Amino acid sequence: MSAPVSNAARDVAAGRADAPHTSMLVRMLLRAAVLRRGRAVSALFAMVVAAAVATAMLNLYVDVQAKLRREFRNYGANIILVGKDGASLPASALVQVDSVLAGRGIAAPFGMIVARTGDGQPIVVAGADFNRVRQLNRWWKVSSWPAGPQQALIGVRAAPIVTPKDQAFDLTFQGRVLHVTPAGTVQTGAAEDSRIFISTSDFEAWTGLQASTIEVAASGSPEEIAVIMNQLTRTFPAVDVRPVRQIMEGEARVLGKTRATLLAATALIILTSALCVLSTLMGWVFDRRRDFAIMKALGASGRLLNGFFAAEAAALGAIGALVGFAVGIGIAAWIGRINFHAPVVPRWSVLPVVLAGSMIVTLLSAVLPISLLRRVQPAVILRGE
Amino acid sequence: MFVRLVYESFRRQKRRKVLAGAAITLGVTVATAMIAVATDIGDKINRELRTIGANLIVTPQEDSLDVEIGGVNLKPPTDGAFLNEADLPKIKDIFWRNNITAFAPMLPVNVAIQNDGKQQDVTVLGTYFAKDIQLGKEDFVTGVRTTHPWWKVEGEWPSDNLRDVLVGERLAARLGVKVGGTIDLSGRDLHVSGILSTGGTEDDQIVAPMALAQEILGRPGVVRRIYVSALTKPEDAFGRRDPKSMSGAVYERWYCTPYPAAIALQLTEAIPHSHAEQIRQVAQNEGAMLTRIEGLIFLITLAALFASALAVSAAMATTIFERRAEVGLMKALGAGKLAVAAVFFAEAFLLALFGGLIGFAAGALLADQIGHSIFNSQISIQPVLLPVILAIAVIVTFAGSAAAIRRAIGLDPVFALRGEL
Repeated sequence: MSAPVSNAARDVAAGRADAPHTSMLVRMLLRAAVLRRGRAVSALFAMVVAAAVATAMLNLYVDVQAKLRREFRNYGANIILVGKDGASLPASALVQVDSVLAGRGIAAPFGMIVARTGDGQPIVVAGADFNRVRQLNRWWKVSSWPAGPQQALIGVRAAPIVTPKDQAFDLTFQGRVLHVTPAGTVQTGAAEDSRIFISTSDFEAWTGLQASTIEVAASGSPEEIAVIMNQLTRTFPAVDVRPVRQIMEGEARVLGKTRATLLAATALIILTSALCVLSTLMGWVFDRRRDFAIMKALGASGRLLNGFFAAEAAALGAIGALVGFAVGIGIAAWIGRINFHAPVVPRWSVLPVVLAGSMIVTLLSAVLPISLLRRVQPAVILRGE
Repeated sequence: MFVRLVYESFRRQKRRKVLAGAAITLGVTVATAMIAVATDIGDKINRELRTIGANLIVTPQEDSLDVEIGGVNLKPPTDGAFLNEADLPKIKDIFWRNNITAFAPMLPVNVAIQNDGKQQDVTVLGTYFAKDIQLGKEDFVTGVRTTHPWWKVEGEWPSDNLRDVLVGERLAARLGVKVGGTIDLSGRDLHVSGILSTGGTEDDQIVAPMALAQEILGRPGVVRRIYVSALTKPEDAFGRRDPKSMSGAVYERWYCTPYPAAIALQLTEAIPHSHAEQIRQVAQNEGAMLTRIEGLIFLITLAALFASALAVSAAMATTIFERRAEVGLMKALGAGKLAVAAVFFAEAFLLALFGGLIGFAAGALLADQIGHSIFNSQISIQPVLLPVILAIAVIVTFAGSAAAIRRAIGLDPVFALRGEL
């Protein structure tokens, strides 16, 4: 043995001794990833895409309920408080309702009486808090909302009868006269079209009556709405608290069906992407049967080999799941923005599910080919058969 | 030689071909099912949204104002105009007749009843429950059971042809009426077949077959208003335009689109002396909900198509990569790049065709399953979609194979045969 060679060998040995001590397993994992960059990257890419799609779908599935519930609140009230036998509600009712709701919805009071127009025709006049009505009943088609005192909003069917030329007119209730100017018309296609709406303060000053109805649009799940209804019933023992059943039942039905469709779609998409990962990874592992055979020929135990490929798969699954999670949150937020005009909130509860799912799929796709290869003699594989 | 190469490849490498074929089949199945669901979801959700109630109302044109508070109409019942009951079948005669899912006429009548020796005014609401209407050859069953599905009856729904009535639950509690009891309506002893619960004003009313209400009012053949439930298209900028300002062709297009306003106009034209209008609470919000849900399912369908395209590509890439040695051999024997690529593309084409056909059938079955289990109705897939799906399958398979094929034919036969990369 000549000196230069042994010197070089010694240098290499010294260099290796100085190098940080990494275990053989970690080194093999890193080298496998670096040397076969192309295939490692394509496997990782498949994993990231699958995890991203799964994250986006699960996140949407969890969040879409809240989004659609909010859309459903545009239908208006789902709870109505009515004084028993047409009696007025207590003066503090609205404040109490607001404190029960505590921001979980909106309430609008209505008072209603039958007044007479200048030519003696009976007409329903309602006192309403226009600011609240605007938020509660968004479907009202209003030409112009009243802004000042003694301005009225006239139903489209009432308008040609009470104020054909859009002029100011008088309303009489129990001998008291109210002079109002029309601010605009309201069209709903329902009973509101035959009514006249004036502000709550005008209504109370003119009739001396309080609101007799409070319409409440409570937001939340059916259970949360039931809790709000219970609280309202306890707060107002002398008042009828009724659910608006058509809205509640319709909402439950449409939400249920949409979620079921979404669940079916989610299951299909996750299954497809899991299979995509499975086929890519299995191809990758199968492709490395020579590495496997060499390790085995050099005396690696079955446990070490399993551990090696399992660790590799787990690392791939974890990295893919984390990157995919971030991408998936982005996709979900994008879908939320363009479809619901509100971002979908990231659900961290999805992360462990995606992580565990990814690991299971990657482990499965590593273990399946390995268990096939283990039955084969290394010599056969190395000969390329 | 070319045909033999392809044929032998399928015969000898069954495992690989089955794997790749399975991936394509699965991808096409998911894509077909999602496309079928996405094209039908609008109609399905539209029907579900009909459970919130009718979206159109038809009233007499020259009607006097309703004076209604808390469900009690203070307007004298004989006051104002009526619609003719005989005109009702014309609703199913308009251009969009197939979009009319149901309608229910209403006729409120005030009746004084005796309670504890006191006189009390009660509204009797005449309507159809589930009335059989003859429309030419076909039967059409319509009434509140379809237009107002949230109405619950304890006991039995009355028949439209008998003189049984429903009593609202609050009124029943006040009067002490039970299911199977009788109620005295201005000299008529009527059988109470059920107690009605709606959560609305009907809880204080009596609901009776239309003919009975007309008899009490003394005006046979009249109704006060008609609730119509129609499948509509969400209103967009065009739908909101005023039809009076449109020119001929534009008006035609507006008229022949099932916007709520267009259907309302057709109802107004069909029923003499009437005025139809959308119930904005239902009609407007329905459009918004429909747009949201359709948009959501559309985006998800895109995601599904993307995922299945990727799965197909991945499977193709893997199978081609495994056959490097074969490519090396072909090239060593003198095959040109074109010849090698042609073999692979021909195989990919056959796989895509088979996988596409089976996947299409499986996808149609899957869509039908989804339809039955979620919506209790069929989701049928248009046969027109088959060539489209097959074309997509071929394109995706080609695209997925292209990169792998390019790499395979670029290999040096020496290295490929030795198994080094």
